[in-house]
Amino acid sequence: MSQVLSRLKTKLQEQEKEIAALKSKLAQLEKSHPSVLELHDKVTPLTPLKPKPALSNEDIMRYSRQLLLPELGVQGQLNLSKTSVLIVGCGGLGCPLAQYLAAAGIGRLGLLDYDEVELSNLHRQVLHGEENQGQAKALSAANAVRRLNSTVECIPYHLQLSTENALQLIQQYDIVADCSDNVPTRYLVNDACVLNGKPLVSASALRMEGQLTVYNYCGGPCYRCLYPRPPPPETVTNCSDGGVLGVVPGIMGCFQALEVIKIASGQGSSSSQQLVMFDAQDTRFRTIKLRPKQANCAVCGESPSVTKLVDYESFCGAAATDKCRRLNLLSRDQRITVQDYQSIKDKAELHLLLDVRPLVEVDICCLPSSLNIPLSSLEERKREHIQLFQERISQLKEQMAGDCQPPVYVICKQGNDSQKAVQILEKMSGSEVDSITVKDICGGLMAWAKKIDPAFPQY
Amino acid sequence: LTLIVCQNSHVYYIFDLSLCSGGAELLFNGVKEHHVTLPSHSEPWDIKQLLVWIQQNLLKERPELFVQGDSVRPGILVLINDADWELMGELDYKLQDQDNIVFISTLHGG
Ligand SMILES: [Zn+2]
Repeated sequence: MSQVLSRLKTKLQEQEKEIAALKSKLAQLEKSHPSVLELHDKVTPLTPLKPKPALSNEDIMRYSRQLLLPELGVQGQLNLSKTSVLIVGCGGLGCPLAQYLAAAGIGRLGLLDYDEVELSNLHRQVLHGEENQGQAKALSAANAVRRLNSTVECIPYHLQLSTENALQLIQQYDIVADCSDNVPTRYLVNDACVLNGKPLVSASALRMEGQLTVYNYCGGPCYRCLYPRPPPPETVTNCSDGGVLGVVPGIMGCFQALEVIKIASGQGSSSSQQLVMFDAQDTRFRTIKLRPKQANCAVCGESPSVTKLVDYESFCGAAATDKCRRLNLLSRDQRITVQDYQSIKDKAELHLLLDVRPLVEVDICCLPSSLNIPLSSLEERKREHIQLFQERISQLKEQMAGDCQPPVYVICKQGNDSQKAVQILEKMSGSEVDSITVKDICGGLMAWAKKIDPAFPQY
Repeated sequence: LTLIVCQNSHVYYIFDLSLCSGGAELLFNGVKEHHVTLPSHSEPWDIKQLLVWIQQNLLKERPELFVQGDSVRPGILVLINDADWELMGELDYKLQDQDNIVFISTLHGG
């Protein structure tokens, strides 16, 4: 019996030793390959990527189908593994781009995004899942990429690219991909790439269309060569206002991956000085020959005036985000809050509620009893719509009796278009239609959904 | 996509004016291609004159979204026969038989 006991004790001791050894080995491995990715909230210096001397057997198996391509081959694969790529924006373009670069065996991926995952992102930002809502997009994307290929080094940056950090960040990468969603960031990324001498693979998408160009590459033009002056802010439509079919940025992000892989592997990109346009409606690509690098370009020209990064938000007159812009066209007494409007409804005060959103949005949701006349119809003074409006005003006047200016409350999604509509209606009041009192409902239907009726859909 | 047919040399043009990308077509009531007839002209039309004509005939409402001064507003790229108009002389380019003119507004979404 005692013999059995001592044998068991010895065995137990041995196994405990073995467990301890395994634990320390695991700890060491985890130190060099952390299983939990560290989210960076600032730019820190990176160690240079070490070139691989040769492909491992595992590499050969994993990449075998692309190694067979003479265009890539072993040398191309080795080149990919020593290339670092910074992806600015982990949204509809950045997700598929990161996915294909990681799958192809890129060496290092910097994944930058200041935003968190929201439900309305998931239809196009395909690296993020339902369980990632509220998580930093950069981290969510990095974790997804790592599940796909753990040999790719991922560095998630949860920060806004800015004049202060862009140069330091971009100089640490070989290729930059612009997957951002706003004009100031596009100029910022361009200038930082020109000042650092990095190729910029840029794409964009909206509604049913996409565009792609490689800038600052092989003597070709930069973004400023093409667009020396930023567009007036009121002409810029973002995805949250204009909408986008998810697969469209998906296609453009894959296109970016293709160009990055060609540059990184050494084949080179053919999209310098070229604009690729994709029309998803007609399923058609068009390739446009662009102007060459411009001698008078402000940043890449012969005597540049932009020699360091500037203030891009003031240059563009817009914020570096695609979150909705807040227009302020009206005075305080021309506007009411959603709470004010609720009490008007509760008291059953006579009024007309005018919804100026386009029909496609009214189909998604609307407040009962509202009259829909899109802003564009007001702008164009569409006859049938103006008539309809006048009829409703006349009805109101009858109900109200006496000499009065019937109150009209104007609403839209976020409270921007409604302000424009108020301005137009005030011009029309007393001339093109009977005299009315027009007021804007601040913040629109989204404010109504947030503050008054949580059951009202948000989009 | 976009065709300019010269009916009678230097006098009379019928053309499809295509406005694609970035919602430029929204400016023109959602119509991507326009079939229009340019009035007779003793000299060939140049782009500068074409812009004035578009502004006066197709875009009465909000021209500021399309033009600025005597050119297109920043953020619109003009293509002449699938090439950047900068390569073709920009405003001074003289329209020719079978030319394609396309206006593109840059996209910024991602
Ligand atoms: Zn340039």
